[in-house]
Amino acid sequence: MSSLIALLVASVTFGTVLMYGTLGEILTEKSGNLNLGVEGIMYMGGAFGLAGAFTYEKAVGVAASNGFVAIVIAVVTAFAAGAIASLIYGFITITLRANQNVTGLALTIFGTGVGQFTGEFMRVREGGYVALSNHLKGAFTFQIFPSFLRDIPVIGRILFSHNAFFYIAIALAVAMHFFFQKTKTGMYLRSVGESPSTADAAGINITKYKYLATIIGGGISAIGGMVYITTTAGCVWNHEGLSGVGWLAVALVIFCMWRPLNAIWGSILFGALMIMYLRVRVAFIPTEIYKILPYIVTVVVLVFSSMRNNKEKQPPASLGVNYFREER
Amino acid sequence: MQNNCAIQMCSITKRFGQVVANDGINLEIRRGEILSLLGENGSGKTTLMNMLAGIYQPDEGEILADGKPIAIRSPKDAYSYGIGMIHQHYKLVDVFTAAQNIVLGLNDEKLDLKTINSKVKRICDRYSFAIAPERKIYDMSVSQKQTVEIVKVLYRGADILILDEPTAVLTPQETEKLFVVLRAMKEDGKAVVIITHKLNEVMELSDEVAVLRKGKYIGRVRTSETNPQQLTDMMVGHSVVLNIDRPEYSDPFPRLTVEDLTCVDHEGVTKLDHVSFTAMGGEILGVAGIAGSGQKELLESITGLYPVKEGSVRFFEENGCETELIGKTPMQIRRTGVGMAFVPEDRLGMGLVGSMGMTGNMMLRSWRSGKGLFLNKKSPEHLAKKVWNDLEVVTPSTSFPVRRMSGGNVQKVLVGREIASRPRILMTAYPVRGLDINTSYTIYNLLTEQKMGGVAVVFVGEDLDVMLELCDRILVLCGGKVSGIVDARNATKEQIGLMMTSVGQRRASDDE
Repeated sequence: MSSLIALLVASVTFGTVLMYGTLGEILTEKSGNLNLGVEGIMYMGGAFGLAGAFTYEKAVGVAASNGFVAIVIAVVTAFAAGAIASLIYGFITITLRANQNVTGLALTIFGTGVGQFTGEFMRVREGGYVALSNHLKGAFTFQIFPSFLRDIPVIGRILFSHNAFFYIAIALAVAMHFFFQKTKTGMYLRSVGESPSTADAAGINITKYKYLATIIGGGISAIGGMVYITTTAGCVWNHEGLSGVGWLAVALVIFCMWRPLNAIWGSILFGALMIMYLRVRVAFIPTEIYKILPYIVTVVVLVFSSMRNNKEKQPPASLGVNYFREER
Repeated sequence: MQNNCAIQMCSITKRFGQVVANDGINLEIRRGEILSLLGENGSGKTTLMNMLAGIYQPDEGEILADGKPIAIRSPKDAYSYGIGMIHQHYKLVDVFTAAQNIVLGLNDEKLDLKTINSKVKRICDRYSFAIAPERKIYDMSVSQKQTVEIVKVLYRGADILILDEPTAVLTPQETEKLFVVLRAMKEDGKAVVIITHKLNEVMELSDEVAVLRKGKYIGRVRTSETNPQQLTDMMVGHSVVLNIDRPEYSDPFPRLTVEDLTCVDHEGVTKLDHVSFTAMGGEILGVAGIAGSGQKELLESITGLYPVKEGSVRFFEENGCETELIGKTPMQIRRTGVGMAFVPEDRLGMGLVGSMGMTGNMMLRSWRSGKGLFLNKKSPEHLAKKVWNDLEVVTPSTSFPVRRMSGGNVQKVLVGREIASRPRILMTAYPVRGLDINTSYTIYNLLTEQKMGGVAVVFVGEDLDVMLELCDRILVLCGGKVSGIVDARNATKEQIGLMMTSVGQRRASDDE
């Protein structure tokens, strides 16, 4: 029982990373932009988020540093890095109308490179090791609920033992669901992703919606990278820990059928699948098999969802297609 | 002279690259009047109206609303001037409800279903529409979608309505209903413009007709003072004979015999049920039936594209040798030298590669003939030029992507290519769908020409009037079964219509 709970808690930690990546990409894709650069964006988020907190700590000194401020700075720098990367993507696909897949893949290569460079640059400059002080590490993994809640048997650990990023991600997912389903702006955004010519004819500013969704979505995805570095990786720059996470987020978007609420349990499930090789080990199964489980699940889900042919469970109809009003 | 003039377009010019879509057009749209904008495909009707709807910007010229010059930079601007356009391809979001689609983009409107519904209901009552605001668009029929589009435009307070080919996808009954609505709008003092190339609709509905040809404004006449022949002549630029010539081939002979052809789709539904017939060389065999009665499967199974459960398709050489086609792939069929040409229903999906030019598409039939590693581009280029000239395809060059041509020109490229392969069997599915009169007659003439050359032509069509004039015999399909084969020279429309809905008793007389 306790090992199951431990697995669940660990799944949530890793799932939180995925949840940010996925929610950001859902927002982007709802505008009809398929940003395959999530992998690069999350790398940049991880590197710049850590760099932000690290620079802050160096500037004010370890003793004077405030955990809350460090978190805010990490979030803001990670978001800004992701937003700028997505702005590049947006400019190339929305304004210049280049192929989205190619641009996204290029962004993955670019972002991975920039992230790696930034992280390694810091590491080398600091003499081979870049890490936050234990004081700030504690802030990033601080369990926000009081101990009497955490001490409730079973439920306490499952529900109340996580850090703030997890609860913020849940709130974000619920907020996005509400945004898409209940607000006018959300409905307009969906119409842009479903049928840009319809939205255009209805007088909606396509370009504005696409840019905003892409930039904000990219920023949210980047926070996922930051969360990985500051929680799972222990606030230490780690140049390969993030590899593949962005792709997993892209797969999760499909798995979740573009619904933010599904991203909550989907991320935790994928988180579990990702760390299963550490927790539930069967001797004769190589760990590599475990690691491909999330992708297998995605393929299976894709097969079933396409067979079902349900109109509601489809990607935004214009996903991956650029819009040009005067196209003939 | 009038003060009921709503919109004036003055010497409007619009170019797309080198193509001049509209060339100095003047048009006046008046309130309380239904204006038909008539012209062939690619004559610039839709382009002209898209400039009023804010989709395109004119390169030259001026638009006046109530005498004052205006600039329509976006669809939103168009609404602010009371202009609403119902596009040929509906601009609706499939996964939204009707109400959501109707209020889409209206910023001052609250997303409050009660208010929306009551306002929608008022519009519906006025023109006796029936729509369910809570219904999703993907659950609706084509005509219901159109109704939503019309309500959407009215909801935005449009009093100048532009409808682009509104009847293309409607049944005769639905068309009649639409016309009633449009007349009611006219009575309300709205200006209505319909873009069409169907002459009978023009005559029935409109007060005035403006004719465009090749991007130029030809003239405007009162419907009451004109007739279809005059309009056709204006549209085409020269006199067109509106009846189809049906010469008789001296010596028809069996070319293709289909026996007990049965096909089952992947869901286990029987698409063709023991279909038997003989296609004769020197004859046009029409295939009639309600959409989805097995026409597509019939042609595709003969060409080797659709799996066949049982039955045989035999091809006869002039010398009496026969070849069995079932069980062969399209490539194998071609190698046997049968000479089969297929003009599929889905022109850009199955027939042509949209992003390639005419030359590239011609090459699709001949790419194997190149020597060694490299493609032989000369002969396809030559063929492309020939088709371009012979069939008067409107395109800037042979390398211009066919996807960007108008429907009629796309069809000319496809038919031109298939005929150039000198087939002995020519199968066509809805070859004139979406084409204007002039191109349609070009296609009819081409088919007749092929027939007189001894080709066995199979013509799957939907317009019974045309089929009765064009074909020699008509095979009627009903639910995958042959309900009969009639002689087109003395059959009637009613008779065929009846056979389309019930498998006839004349089964015994099928095999002649």
